[in-house]
This record gives sequence, C-alpha cells and structure tokens, in this order.
Amino acid sequence: MAKNSQQLGQQLAKMLKGGVIMDVVTADQAKIAQKAGASAVMALERVPSDIRMQGGVARMSDPKLIKSIQKAASIPVMAKVRIGHTSEARILEALGVDFIDESEVLTPADPFDHVDKRDFTVPFVCGATNLGEAMRRIHEGAAMIRTKGEAGTGNVIEAVRHLKLIKGEIAGLKNMKAPARKAYAESERVPVSIVNQIAELGRLPVVTFVAGGIATPADAALLMNLGAEGVFVGSGIFKSKDPKRFAKAIVEATIHFKDPQKLAEISEGLGDAMPGLEMANLPVRMQERGW
Amino acid sequence: MTVGVLALQGDVAEHLLMLQKLRTKAKEVRTIDDLAQVDRLIIPGGESTVIGMYLEESGLMTAIQKRVKRGNFPIFGTCAGIIVLAKKIRGKHIPPSLKLLDITVERNAYGTQIDSFDVPVKSAVLGKKAFLTSFIRAPKITKAARRVTVLATHDGKPALVQQGNILGATFHTEVYDDTRLHAYFLSLS
Repeated sequence: MAKNSQQLGQQLAKMLKGGVIMDVVTADQAKIAQKAGASAVMALERVPSDIRMQGGVARMSDPKLIKSIQKAASIPVMAKVRIGHTSEARILEALGVDFIDESEVLTPADPFDHVDKRDFTVPFVCGATNLGEAMRRIHEGAAMIRTKGEAGTGNVIEAVRHLKLIKGEIAGLKNMKAPARKAYAESERVPVSIVNQIAELGRLPVVTFVAGGIATPADAALLMNLGAEGVFVGSGIFKSKDPKRFAKAIVEATIHFKDPQKLAEISEGLGDAMPGLEMANLPVRMQERGW
Repeated sequence: MTVGVLALQGDVAEHLLMLQKLRTKAKEVRTIDDLAQVDRLIIPGGESTVIGMYLEESGLMTAIQKRVKRGNFPIFGTCAGIIVLAKKIRGKHIPPSLKLLDITVERNAYGTQIDSFDVPVKSAVLGKKAFLTSFIRAPKITKAARRVTVLATHDGKPALVQQGNILGATFHTEVYDDTRLHAYFLSLS
C-alpha cells in the first residue's frame, strides 16, 4: 500500500468537483448542509461575515466543535488553520479532518512562511489571488487551490477577479519562451518545473475551486461558467433568510450552471440573500493576508 | 456508441478523459433528456449523498432503472458510483440508490482521508499486469449475492464486481492512466 499524501489529497479534491463546500459553525448546520447536498463541510467557529463584524483574532476552532461536526456528517469535514500555524495544522491532522484550509479568513500566525504542507498526511487547500500565489502554495504542498475572493462580503467581484487573473496568467504562459519562463519562475520564487507543467497542462495541476463572496445561485453559476471546478460558500448560506433553501439552490445551480431555464427556476422566490458589502472602504481586506 | 457520464457531482472529467483515450464518444448526463441520448452509463466517484439525492430529485433514478429493465444498458460505477448502484448501503447516512447490484456496501469503511491509499490490484479479466487504484474514503463490499461475480479483491474483500452488465468498483482507476478497466466496461453488452 502506497501513501503519497499530496497525491491522495489531489484525488480527494477531484471527488469534490462539481460540488459545494459549505461553512458550518454547529453540528446542526452540518446536518442541514449535508441534507441540502453539500459535497463537504468546513467547520469553523464564526462565519467570515461575523469575523469581519466582531473583529478580534480569529483562530482554529475548538476540537470539541470539530469532533461534533465529524460525528454529525458523513461527507468530508474540512477545517481552517491560520496562515503559517503549523501547530494548529498538526492538531487538525490528529483529529482526522479530511482537508485543512490554510485560510486568510483567520488571523495570520506567521509573517514569513506559510505551513510547509509537504510532510503532512492530511491534504491542504489554500487561497490564491493570482497565479504566482497559487504556484507557491502548490510548491509548498497544497493539494487544492481556491480563489481568495473577499470572504464575508456577499460580493462576488473579487472571486471573479482572482479566477480570471489566474486563468489569464496561465494562458499567457503558452507563448512564453524558456528564458522568460525561467525569469518568471524566479520572480515568483517557484521552481521552473511548476511553470512548465502549468504551461503544458493549460491549467493548474490541482483542482481549482472558487471562494469569497458567493451569495446566490447565480453567483455560483457565473463562476462555474468561468471555469471553476466547484464552489466554497461561507456566510452566503447561514446568513441568508432561508439557509435550507439557499443551500439547496446553490448546489442545484452548481450542477445546472449551463442551463438558464433551470437557473431561473432555482432562483425564484428564494428570499433575501445575505447582506452584502461594497469593496471600497472595507476596513480589512482578507485577500491581502498571505503572499 | 455514446457513453454517458453522470454529471451531478464528482470526478466526471477523469472518466471523460478515459473515454477520449479509448476514442469513444461521450456525453455528460444531467437530465432525463441527456440519458435518452446515451447507450451506456458511467457513475463517477464523488459524494454518494449528493449523487444519490440528485439522482432521485432529477427523476434519473427511475429513468435509469427503467432503461436497465428494457435491457442492453451497461452501467459502471466507481466508489460513490458503486454505492448508488448497491442494493444495500450501510453507514451513517444512507443515500437513495438504484439497487441494481446485489451487494451490501459500507460507506467510508476505511476511515477518513488520512486512511486513503493507493494499491495495485489484479483481475483475471484485465490480464496479468496489475493496475493502479486509489481508495479515497472508499467503501467496502461486505456482502455479495451469489449472482454477483467478484473480479478483483483487496484485503480479502471484493473490490471489483459484476452482475450481468452492471460493473462496480470500490476504488478509482480513472485518476490514473490505465484504460483497461474502461475498455472492459465498453466490451460488456
């Protein structure tokens, strides 16, 4: 039996594709998410919009909460650690979570380094705003990438920006000659082999989801149509008027993203989405955490 | 011949790539209309709770069962795919299933992701050379009826089974390069 943990993590990420991963803060919410068709849940103490409003240092969740969510759910359970917080990551690994999100939604712990993810058995997903960041995280061992977007705002513009930037930069690699690729790899502080691999594949070598600001079924469909392989929804579900319906509607929109007629049916009479925030004047831009 | 890949959730693209390598026409299946346009069906890996739930909601569950009853409609399921094919499912949550394969499967029988593994598996129908498989939060077949043929085992338990033209694996081969298992599925009638 072989154990190449990063590769096995990449395989699990493939099984999550076409699905919606939902933030939950209680075991009851995990049950609601699973019943609505979530393909995984993200266990955390406060959803991003609450972290944004309440402020303070946001940390890894209490293991007791994570265990209660593991007990309630039969789908994969993910949980967040602060950027660079290797000890929080070891704790989550010991709890047997299925995926760790090294997340900018929590307050960063290390001003120099992200977690070296290569010697972990549990796989990691990391946020990125552009190709350079995505490559650095993959080089450190991330098995899955998601856009950072701007979490807790209910505003989808940053997720769209990050996905388009990453895709655009990948397309640009095609016409780049060997010396230019070498210089690019150096400026992004990654081995040129990663740059070459991405240029050849025409995509990131790991599954790529979107996150940050997705609040409606139409938002999910927009990003799926732009080439996202799946969707993370944070505050968008449990900060909406009717979480059960919103959860299910976003899952259905992620399945039927190419079918406007179906999307119209899914979107009808859903009630209020989570309250949204304009990007200008945000006191904290979570996407700027990490590098 | 057009092969459908059920595209409600999961590793649809990996199965499509296998079919492309075998130069076979493929189509993503999300609706009953899609199903009418394919001659056989692959149910991919993913989350069986999601796939089972939306099989039922979309009406595909009954449509597939009817199609199988009419005959000549081979189906191949991997991991979550074999769970939604199974007659009996054990585990914390039992998703709705097609009940076309007379086996009992236990969901997530090996544990969480840290217990996932890769292992070479051999099957007489695929020749002498072992093929690489990935068991990702995989199910285990705890019981197989006599009419079910066991084509491969792992750790003493059936891992690849066949009943008529219904084929099921508890593992993934589609995440690697070996197309033999898919070619075998295409040979079933």
